[in-house]
Amino acid sequence: MSIFVNKDTKVVVQGITGREGQFHARQCVAYGTQVVAGVTPGKGGQKMDDIPVFHTVAEARQATAANCSLIFVPPPFAAAAIMEAIDAEIELIVAITEGIPVLDMMKVKNYLSQSRSRLIGPNCPGIITPGECKVGIMPAPTHKPGGPIGVVSRSGTLTYEVVHQLTGKGIGQTTCIGIGGDPVNGTNFIDCLAAFQADPQTKGIVMVGEIGGSAEEEAAEFIAQNMSKPVIGFIAGLTAPPGRRMGHAGAIISGNSGTAQGKIDAMNAAGIHICKDLGRLGELCTEVFKGLY
Amino acid sequence: MKIHEYQAKTLFERYDVPIPKGSVAFSPEEARTIAADLGGFPVVVKAQIHAGGRGKGGGVKLAHTMDEVSAVASEILGMTLVTHQTGPEGRLVKKVLVEQGLNIAKELYLSIVADRASAKIVIMASEAGGMDIEAVAEQTPEKIIKVYINPLTGIQSYHCLQVAYGLHLEAPTVKPFVQLLNNLYRLFVAYDASLVEINPLVITAEQTVLALDAKVNFDDNALFRHKDIVEFRDLDEEDPLEIEASNFNLNYINLDGNVGNMVNGAGLAMATMDIIKLAGARPANFLDVGGGANAEMVENGFRIILSDPNVKGILINIFGGILRCDVLAEGVVNAAKKTGIQVPVVVRMEGTNVEQGRKILADSGLNLTPAVDLKDAAAKVAQIVTR
Repeated sequence: MSIFVNKDTKVVVQGITGREGQFHARQCVAYGTQVVAGVTPGKGGQKMDDIPVFHTVAEARQATAANCSLIFVPPPFAAAAIMEAIDAEIELIVAITEGIPVLDMMKVKNYLSQSRSRLIGPNCPGIITPGECKVGIMPAPTHKPGGPIGVVSRSGTLTYEVVHQLTGKGIGQTTCIGIGGDPVNGTNFIDCLAAFQADPQTKGIVMVGEIGGSAEEEAAEFIAQNMSKPVIGFIAGLTAPPGRRMGHAGAIISGNSGTAQGKIDAMNAAGIHICKDLGRLGELCTEVFKGLY
Repeated sequence: MKIHEYQAKTLFERYDVPIPKGSVAFSPEEARTIAADLGGFPVVVKAQIHAGGRGKGGGVKLAHTMDEVSAVASEILGMTLVTHQTGPEGRLVKKVLVEQGLNIAKELYLSIVADRASAKIVIMASEAGGMDIEAVAEQTPEKIIKVYINPLTGIQSYHCLQVAYGLHLEAPTVKPFVQLLNNLYRLFVAYDASLVEINPLVITAEQTVLALDAKVNFDDNALFRHKDIVEFRDLDEEDPLEIEASNFNLNYINLDGNVGNMVNGAGLAMATMDIIKLAGARPANFLDVGGGANAEMVENGFRIILSDPNVKGILINIFGGILRCDVLAEGVVNAAKKTGIQVPVVVRMEGTNVEQGRKILADSGLNLTPAVDLKDAAAKVAQIVTR
C-alpha cells in the first residue's frame, strides 16, 4: 500500500521536450514509472524516446488514459499548465516548477477547490512510492521500498536527507511527498497525514516543516485530534532572521508569525516527537518507530 | 521586493489613488525648489529608506518656513536613521520626500495583502490609523476589519462598502473612499503586489480622502512581468555581498555569525545553519546554490562566502540530486585554488556521484576536511570554532 501513487499510476509529463522535463521523464521511466504521454504544444505527433507527445493534456488523457500529470513548465506558463490538467480531469497533478507568481497560484488554488483533482506542489520534488512509482525529481536510490514510514516535507533536499537517514537505519518508506516551498500550494500537511493515517502499511510518519505560514501549527492540531500513529517532526529555520525570504518563497517569518520556535511549541503540545538535531534523526527514528519496522 | 514611499506614490498617482502634492529631493536645494512649488506651509520632509518607524526615529519633520525646509532637509539627508526595522546600525538617508501638509481630521489604516493560508486577497482596515498595526491586531483584534476576496472573481462594490461602513465613514467620504479602495485593488493585482499598505490614510477637514503614506511590496516571483518595477530597485538598500550573489543567481543572505556555509536546497540550507548553531557556532550566511547549480555557481558562492571577513570556517553540505557531487567538487576545488582559502573547510557530500566527488576533493591536494554525515560535519565545525 501507499498513498496517492503506485505501480498503476499512468503519468503524462507536461513540458516533456524541455531540458528538465526530458531528463526527469527518463529518470522516472528508468525507475519503472509508467510514463504514458508527454505534452508540448506544437510538438504533438512526435515522440520523446518511445513516449508519444501531444499538443494538449486533454488529447493525451484521451489517447492514453493518463491519470497523473508531472509538470515542468516554466513559471510564466505553469499556472495555466496546472489549470489545463484540472480541466482535463487529471486526478493527481504534480508541479515541480519553482517561481510561479503567488497571484497565479492563488487563482489556481481557488479553481482547484471546485474540481476533483489533487495538486502536489508547486516548487517541490514530487512524490515517490519506493519500488513502485516515482513522479518527481528526487534521487531514487536513496529510498528503501516496503515501508513502513511515510514522509511529508516542504523542502526537497531536506527530504532526501531524512530519507537517507531512514534508509541508513534500515527503515523503509511507504510514500514520500514533497508538498513544496511556496506560500500557496495544493496538497498540505493535513491531507498527507490523513492519507498516511488511513494507509494500513504506513506505521509512522516523519513530517518536515520550516519557517513561514501556519501549516505546521494546523497539522499539529490535526495530529493531536485525529492520529494514532507516531509522528516525528523537524522544523528548519531556528536561526533564520525575521523578514527575510530564506530561499523558498514561503519561508519567511512575518512579524511574530511563522517562527520555528512557535511551530516546535505547537508540535510539542500535540505530542509529536520533535527532532532537535537533524544529524541524529535516524537514531530518533529507531527509538520512536521501534517494533514497527 | 521593496520600494520607497515616493516610488509607491508614483504608482498610486498612475492608479488614481489620491496623494498629497510633493516630490523627491536629493539635496536641501532641491527640497526648497519643491517646497516653493507646493504653494504653502506647513511642508513635510520625510526620509526615504526601506524601513518603517521613520517618524519615531526622527526621519519625518514638519517645516513652517522656507528656512525650516532647508534646515530640516539638511538634518535628515545624510543622517543614519535607526528604527525598529533597520537594526542598530541604521540606514543612511540619501533622499527625502517633500510634501504639502494637510488638515487632518481622521487617520485610518488600510492595506491589501495576499493571504497564503486562505489563498485569498485580504483587505484590512482599521480606525486606529497611524499606529503599529501589528500591536493593534494583537491587543484589539476587534478593531480590524478584514474582507476576503476571491482572486478569480475580483473586487466587488459590496467588498468596498463593507470596509467603508466598518470604518464608520461619514456619508460624503464613502464614495471617494470606495473609489480609492477599488483603484488600490486594481494596482495590487496589476503589479503582483504582496502588500499595499496606507498608514495612515487620512480624511481631511475638507472631507477628502488621501494616502498620507504608501508602502508597496512585490512578489519576487512575478517581477519577470514587471520590468518597470525592477527599475525601482535601490541598491543602496541592499547588502553589497547579497547584490553580488544576486548577479550570479545565488540565493545568499548575509548574517552576523562566523561559520560560512554552502548548501543545495533552501530547507537543507536552513537546517544546516541550525546545526552550526547547535554545534556552538553561529552561521555567517544562508546560501542555497539550488538544484541546478553548475561548477561556476559553486565557485562564485565560495568566493562570496570568503569575502565576508567574519568567516572563520566553512561548512559545505550538499545532497546531490540534480546537482551532482562531482560537479560540486570541481567547483570547490577551482574556487579554492583561485581564491586561496585561508580558513578550514569541512565538506559533507551525499547522493549522486558521491564517490567521484570525494575522489576529486581528496586528489586536489587542498586542505579540505571530509565529513561522513551531518553529525560528523557538525562535530568538525564545532572543533574548528573552539580551536
